[in-house]
Order: sequence, then C-alpha cells, then structure tokens
Amino acid sequence: MALLEGKNLTMIFGGLAALDSVDINIEKGEVLSLIGPNGAGKTTLFNLITGVYSPTKGSISFKQKEIKNLKPYDITRMGIARTFQNIRLFGEMSVLDNVIIGQHCRTRTGVFGAILRTSAVKSEEKKVRDRAMEILNFVGLDREAEEKAKNLPYGKQRRLELARALATDPDLMLLDEPAAGMNPQETNELIGLIDRLNDMGKTVLLIEHDMKLVMGISQRIMVLDYGKKIADGPPEKIRNDEKVIRAYLGERSRKEVRAC
Amino acid sequence: MKRMNYYLQVLTVIGINIILAVSLNLVSGFTGQLSLGHATFMGIGAYTATLLALKLHVPFIPSLIFGAAMAAFFGFIIGVPTLRLKGDYLAIATLGFGEIMKNILLNLKITGGPMGLRGIPKVTNIYIVAAAVVVVIFTLNRIMISRVGKSFIAIREDELAAEAMGINTTNYKILAFTIGAFYAGIAGGLFAFLFRYINPNNFGFMKSIEILCMVVLGGMGNTAGAILGAALLTVLPEFLRSVSPLISQYRMVFYGLLLVVMMIVRPQGLLSNTSFYFRRISVEKNAGKGGR
Repeated sequence: MALLEGKNLTMIFGGLAALDSVDINIEKGEVLSLIGPNGAGKTTLFNLITGVYSPTKGSISFKQKEIKNLKPYDITRMGIARTFQNIRLFGEMSVLDNVIIGQHCRTRTGVFGAILRTSAVKSEEKKVRDRAMEILNFVGLDREAEEKAKNLPYGKQRRLELARALATDPDLMLLDEPAAGMNPQETNELIGLIDRLNDMGKTVLLIEHDMKLVMGISQRIMVLDYGKKIADGPPEKIRNDEKVIRAYLGERSRKEVRAC
Repeated sequence: MKRMNYYLQVLTVIGINIILAVSLNLVSGFTGQLSLGHATFMGIGAYTATLLALKLHVPFIPSLIFGAAMAAFFGFIIGVPTLRLKGDYLAIATLGFGEIMKNILLNLKITGGPMGLRGIPKVTNIYIVAAAVVVVIFTLNRIMISRVGKSFIAIREDELAAEAMGINTTNYKILAFTIGAFYAGIAGGLFAFLFRYINPNNFGFMKSIEILCMVVLGGMGNTAGAILGAALLTVLPEFLRSVSPLISQYRMVFYGLLLVVMMIVRPQGLLSNTSFYFRRISVEKNAGKGGR
C-alpha cells in the first residue's frame, strides 16, 4: 500500500499548466527523487502535497486519507514535513528555538498554561528541549544551538532546515534541493544524513539537481518535464531513458551528438 | 506638594503608555502584524469600563477587567477578517476600523457623542498603574517564552515556514491581536479613571500613531525597548514644556524633529540589539536545570 498517492494532479496558473495529469506514488520507506529541468513543476508538486496550493484537478491521499483540501499545518500534523529550496529559517531565533518550533504540532501549551506555567507545561518544555538537542546532535549542529539561525554558514543552514523538518516527527520528508550551493564535502555529509534518516524509517521525497546525490541514494527516480511525468523507475533505467536524455540535453543537441 | 503631584501624574501616564506600547509590540513587534488602530481598543476598554461604573455602578476592578474583555472581544472580531491581509493592507484595514469606531462613539447617545463622558470617579493612581504594569509585563513575558510566544515570532520571521511547522498562522495572529487588545483595554480603563473625562478624540488615529512611535523608537520586538520608548515619549513633551517658554511653545516641533533624527541615526530603535533577551534568560535558567 502506498504511503502517498497522487492521482491525475493538475495545477493551472492563469492558463499555464505547471503540472499536467501527474501521478505519483510513494511507497513507505523508500527514497524517491524528483528530477527535471528548471520549471518542470517539481516545486509545484511539493506545494500541492504540502497544501500550499490546492490542485486544479486530481486527488492526493496520504495514509489512505484525502489531503488535497487540507491546510499546510494540518498536513504537517498528519506526518509530512518539508524543507524549502530557498532557505526559510526563522533567522532571528536561535538554532535551538528553530527546532523547538518544529515540534509545535506535537505539543499543546496554550496561553493560560503559558501564563500559569503549570508543572505539565514545564515538563513539556523540558521534553521539547531535550528532543531538540537530540535532533541537533543527529544533524551535527548541537554546538551551534544558541547561535542565531541567520548567522550560520550556508551549509549548516540547510542542515538546520532538515533538523527543523525532522522535529515535526514526520513519516514522509520532502526535501527541496537540499544540496543546492553545497560543496562536495558538504554534499557527502548530506548523503550520509539522508541515508540515516531513511534507516530510521523515514520515507524521503527529494528534489535535486546534483546527479551524484540522486543516483547515489534514490531507490527510484521520477522525471518531470514541462509539467508532465516522462519517466519513473530505478536509477539504472532512468540513466538510459531516451526521453530523459532528450529533456535534459534537448532535441537539437542530440542531433548534433549524432552528427559528430 | 503641587509639583510632587505633577510628577506622580506624569509617572502614572508613563505607566499607562507602557501598557499600550508593550501590547502593540506584541502585535507589531513580535508577531509582525502592523496595526494602526491600537488606540481604538484602548477606547473600547475606556468606554466600557466608564459606562459600567457610571450607569451600573459596577466597582472599579470588575469594570476595568470587563472593559479589557470587551476590547479583546472586538480585537477578535476585527482580527478574523483583517488578519488574512498582509502588511500594508492590514495596516489600512486597522486604520479603517479605528475611524469606524470613532464615528460610532461620536454618534451614539450612550457614549455622550462628541461631548464624551464626564464625572468619572478618580480611582487610578500610581500604585494601581504600577501593579497593572507589573501584571501585564509578567504575563506577557510568560507568553513570550512559551510555545505560544515562539509561534508569534516564527510567524513574523517567515509565515510560510511557520505554517509548514504546523502552526495555524491565522489563529495565532488573531490570538496575538486579541491579547494585545485586552491589554490596551486595561490601559484605556486606567486612563478613564485617571483623567475622569473621556471623548472619542482621546482614542483616535493620532493616539494610535503615538503608541506606534513609542514601539518603533524603543525597538520593534523588544519589550524593554517598548517600555523605554513609552517613558521617553511621555516625558519628552513635558520636559520641553519646562525648559523655557520659547521651547515650550515649539515643543511639538522638537518632538517631531527628534523622531526624524532618531529614525535616521538609529532606524532599528534604541534597544533592538538586545532583542529577545527573554529567551536568553529562559535558556540560561533551563540550561542550569538540564544537567542530569
């Protein structure tokens, strides 16, 4: 049974179909990569799954429940977390607080509890803080816990985004170009991190341009081009797929290659 | 003796303005929702408390609390439709709401129209205001170090990311607005029982802007800054009044000039560098405890 199942997903922005009848299935426990040229609709698909947009047509079910009309915060609560292509941390807050905020949907203190600071509130706070430190440890940011998020170097900001998403205790993690702007060493660390996430039982859907990363960790790859799905399968198959090569290199360049 | 009374009066007004500034700071500074109608909630609190005391002879404290609750209720009602708007649009909507309320107060019989309400007993004094300031700042502090306060700041920092963390951003914005209105309602009640006379112009657009100036001068998103801003902008006109007759005549010019210079020299406000000192305090306290 698929963890997430999107059927016939179509998203139209003012006459332009950013996504056109795309089907997506994510099996529990797999690492699925979503690749395609710029503007192919990858991030749009992320935004549909996480509830930022509601699809023009089609349906999305997660754990056998329809989620296409749910708000992003409800979807997060159901167990889907995401990171953003252009880093969106809470810059003025500490690294620790960023991860604490990630646990928002798993905690319940309200205004009156906060004012009275009952023992239940205090123990919840302690639990949240301990868990946040655990997660920072996991991604290797525990020493920067008190640093302001905006002061972290780029690669660490990316890892903090991952930590924050992990803090929501998701079953499915959507990572939007997590290696963008990273140097090779940082990318290698990231691959290790995603592997460990997967070992922990997290299902991962990944948008990435770094082919080394994609081929290295994906069990399956799905390719979008101009809003349409053009291929879906294991890395070896995708690597040699005619349509994929054409989408990436273009029709003319292929002819030129042939002419040579 | 007379001089002493004057100083006490200024101090009392500072206290009321502190409550107004820290409550607006919750909405605009911490949660990032620019409101240009904060004085309106003060007015709702003032009128409700006054009418309860004058017409129904309700005692002071219940009047004050009921006035604040009424302001909070209006904050909620106004917040539901307007907080879907962002930035400039929200500012204009809150401004419009302020004008509507002012016109209602000007035209209702029970509020005395433009004549306002007079003959309010003088109950507010420096002790009551000081107690109110302590309660407001204490509760606000508790909220800000909690999950709720962190959510407010997260919304200011990045609304989309906050939503992706499972924060119902609309609800939390309404919550901030409602709490801010509640505190402003308390300030309004205190104001009415201090000056013994209120009219709609006390709570107009100019007052909203004055409160906003206090917050911006002190440093957005910083409670200590809001307190400092409120104190400075209350004392300054009084101080200029006392320097010399010439300066006294032009004191509002100096006041305006100071704001302009301030915004050029230090646009982030007086205390913005020490922002989020609440968090730091709370972290240190908990860090000591978490040793085992």
